[in-house]
Amino acid sequence: MDVMSRLIRMDHTGHTELAQWTAEDPASVQAAVDAFGAELDRGYFAMVTRGEGHAEQVHALPVDAPLVILRRPIAGG
Amino acid sequence: MRGSTEMTDVARDPALPPAAVLPELAALHWRARVDDVRLRRTGRQWTASTVAHVVPFVGAAAALFAAEPLAAPVSLAALAHAWIIPELYAQRGANVVRPKRTTSAVGSEERALGLLGDLVGHAARDLHAQTGLILERGALGVWLVGPAGALLVRRGGRRTHCWCVRVRDPDLPRGDRIAHLLLALRADEHGFATVANQAFSGATWRVRRRLDKAQRPALAAAAAAARAG
Repeated sequence: MDVMSRLIRMDHTGHTELAQWTAEDPASVQAAVDAFGAELDRGYFAMVTRGEGHAEQVHALPVDAPLVILRRPIAGG
Repeated sequence: MRGSTEMTDVARDPALPPAAVLPELAALHWRARVDDVRLRRTGRQWTASTVAHVVPFVGAAAALFAAEPLAAPVSLAALAHAWIIPELYAQRGANVVRPKRTTSAVGSEERALGLLGDLVGHAARDLHAQTGLILERGALGVWLVGPAGALLVRRGGRRTHCWCVRVRDPDLPRGDRIAHLLLALRADEHGFATVANQAFSGATWRVRRRLDKAQRPALAAAAAAARAG
């Protein structure tokens, strides 16, 4: 069975799912890549978790990742 | 003491691959990257600052009382100052995780909490439900992450650093605010501490006294984890 990956953006709704894709479906991957690029252009950073306690910023959509989270920049208060 | 981090080095460690460095550091190129040595140094500076505030008042109180016992009320006032000033600093530190009202809809908060829950384990999820703080173990110590700041309990559990750091989007639910900080912390712990502004560093017991009662179990759990290594 194909594993569905998700691209989500943290926002005022809690989070919004922007795309779903499977590696076996090029059209869904392309749609996710487009959505990913558009959010990076808007100033979001893309993060994927890499095991317990680890995360990594990515600059291109990792097609094999089950979940890609878009976050805003942080700053000292 | 705010902003006491040295400004001579660059925040970006050239030995690290770009993907491992928080992009927010690009705007803080003058700020020294926080590491274990700098944290120890900062802790000593905070201790020296506290001593510099307390000793003159205690000394004045003792001298006044020795010179004129009838001046005891003035001596007591000086001693009160010696006690209150460190407490005020600790209060500023504890304020970084003080719960604030949210303007987000209930549904948004629940969705955000669902995502946050996916990022952490059962124990952290339970502690968050109880205290509003997420416990995260790191290389520098044990972190407690809130919506607008984080506490770092150093190894041994005796010292706690308080950091003010947030995502500047007033519409985000609290769970998302924590998730923002948690993801950044996990991606680059030293960079996270560099981006954050330090509000206080001092004894864990002093921070604990200034926390909301509901949050104190989180600090106790972090201190216990820090002691256990």
